[in-house]
Amino acid sequence: MPQADPHNQHLAQLYQEQSAKVLATLVRLLGDFDLAEEAMHEAFSVALQAWKENGVPANPTAWLISTGRFKAIDNLRRKKRIAKLEPDIQQLITDLEEHNKHVNQQEIEDDQLRMIFTCCHPAINIQVQIPLTLREVCGLTTEEIASAYLVTPATMAQRIVRGKNKIKRTNIPFVIPQAADLPDRIDAVLSVIYLIFNEGYAASSGNLLCKVNLSNEAIRLCRLVLSLLPDSEVMGLLALMLLHESRREARVDEQGNIVLLAEQNRALWRPDLIAEGVALVQQALATQNIGTYTIQAAIASIHAQSTTSTDWQQIIELYDLLMKVDPSPVVELNRAVAVAMRSGPQAGLEIIEGISAQGKLNHYHKLHSTQGELLARIGDLPAAIKAFEMALSLVKQIPEKRYLQQKLTQHKKTINDKI
Amino acid sequence: MKFICLGYFDEVKWNALPESEQTKLMEECFAYDDELRRGKHFLGGEALGSAANAVTLRIKSGDVDVLDGPFTETKEVLGGILFLEAKDLNHAISLMAKHPGVKMGPFEIRCADETINQQILARNNKFNN
Repeated sequence: MPQADPHNQHLAQLYQEQSAKVLATLVRLLGDFDLAEEAMHEAFSVALQAWKENGVPANPTAWLISTGRFKAIDNLRRKKRIAKLEPDIQQLITDLEEHNKHVNQQEIEDDQLRMIFTCCHPAINIQVQIPLTLREVCGLTTEEIASAYLVTPATMAQRIVRGKNKIKRTNIPFVIPQAADLPDRIDAVLSVIYLIFNEGYAASSGNLLCKVNLSNEAIRLCRLVLSLLPDSEVMGLLALMLLHESRREARVDEQGNIVLLAEQNRALWRPDLIAEGVALVQQALATQNIGTYTIQAAIASIHAQSTTSTDWQQIIELYDLLMKVDPSPVVELNRAVAVAMRSGPQAGLEIIEGISAQGKLNHYHKLHSTQGELLARIGDLPAAIKAFEMALSLVKQIPEKRYLQQKLTQHKKTINDKI
Repeated sequence: MKFICLGYFDEVKWNALPESEQTKLMEECFAYDDELRRGKHFLGGEALGSAANAVTLRIKSGDVDVLDGPFTETKEVLGGILFLEAKDLNHAISLMAKHPGVKMGPFEIRCADETINQQILARNNKFNN
């Protein structure tokens, strides 16, 4: 679409806002991603002309869905003439014509939710769930997703095709899960959203620590899910992401180096995001249905609200709760840091030695860098250097590498100065 | 986005088909091209003459060197080019997956290099003014 024409620009904006909704409803009605996508494109192409002449209708979504449906019927009829296709096509045309009265707002919303659950279906590989969700729910193009994940468009296109084939072959239903399955299925959706956010917050490799787009997409997606499904864990995850996002500007300095929480310039924190995050945490806690994201968000909200001193006791209690709800060695490591802050570095080191003895996190760079930090605090610099060197050999991100190298240089210099 | 779809096919197999079968397959392709036209996806195309009549040109020690035959000696040769307009690579894939030509041989889909295309356009405009 040429950019100069304001009508086209308005339509391009509508495309951005409406395409995912239109696509979701058409996928339900047509039972086929490719047919639905084609019908959607045709509907927009008709809109380009019709709306220029008659103005944009009051409910553009419903208009586009209805037009898309008519186009789909036309296409199916034509295909029937061109090549002999399956006999169920006739049935589909009949069904579509019957449905072709009107779609209400509730149905459109339910279709979006169906689309989210389909893209995040546990039968689909997580590496495929993510780009599928970004393309079909968030409306990003294959090329945009590929550049965000630093892979070629061909690689990303392959994953998306694989995902669509999987949906078709295994007949993954386009439905909102039953109440009994809902908690597990929501978990799957939330983990996709959180993975997208984390990829945007800290690229898994390479030089870019922050990629604004993916984090924003994840927050937008979570807001959408929350509006469709007001579940406490959805609130918890949205709060957690907003609280992380509030510190984005403060977590790297002008040279692109990492600044730890304790040393961050709080003037750079976003009070609007903190306020929204804190309110969501309280709302989620009030439901009494408290899950892992809500607890993590509660911990983040204490950090976000502590201006002079941090209530480490409360943070330790939340980590204890998290260990009950969602135990993992990473949670144990984070708890060790909180214990070190409350009771001194030696107490933290003892917990870390325990984790290390279980052999669970020995390939995780943060175990070694945390150990190094605490060893440095008790004054055992040679052991600290050893731990930081171990961390450096395991870390992939360039800013984190630089941070560890700085620590190593600093401690080595201290030792040399003493000699 | 603009994509260039390179359609490959096996000339020997194609030539072995009865003429009626060839016509039928071509009609199917043309009918689907119309589908693409209706959706404003079809930007144009070129059918290629037989690879048997191809010459491959290169410079060898400063002189023009010409070999008869296509650049690569494979069973499947380039048979035609289609210019396609699509939202993104996956949209292009889903459009071309339904093209009957894919039954005759593989399609290679490439996105247009818009940077170089812009340079060509600028040269065109400069030349024509």
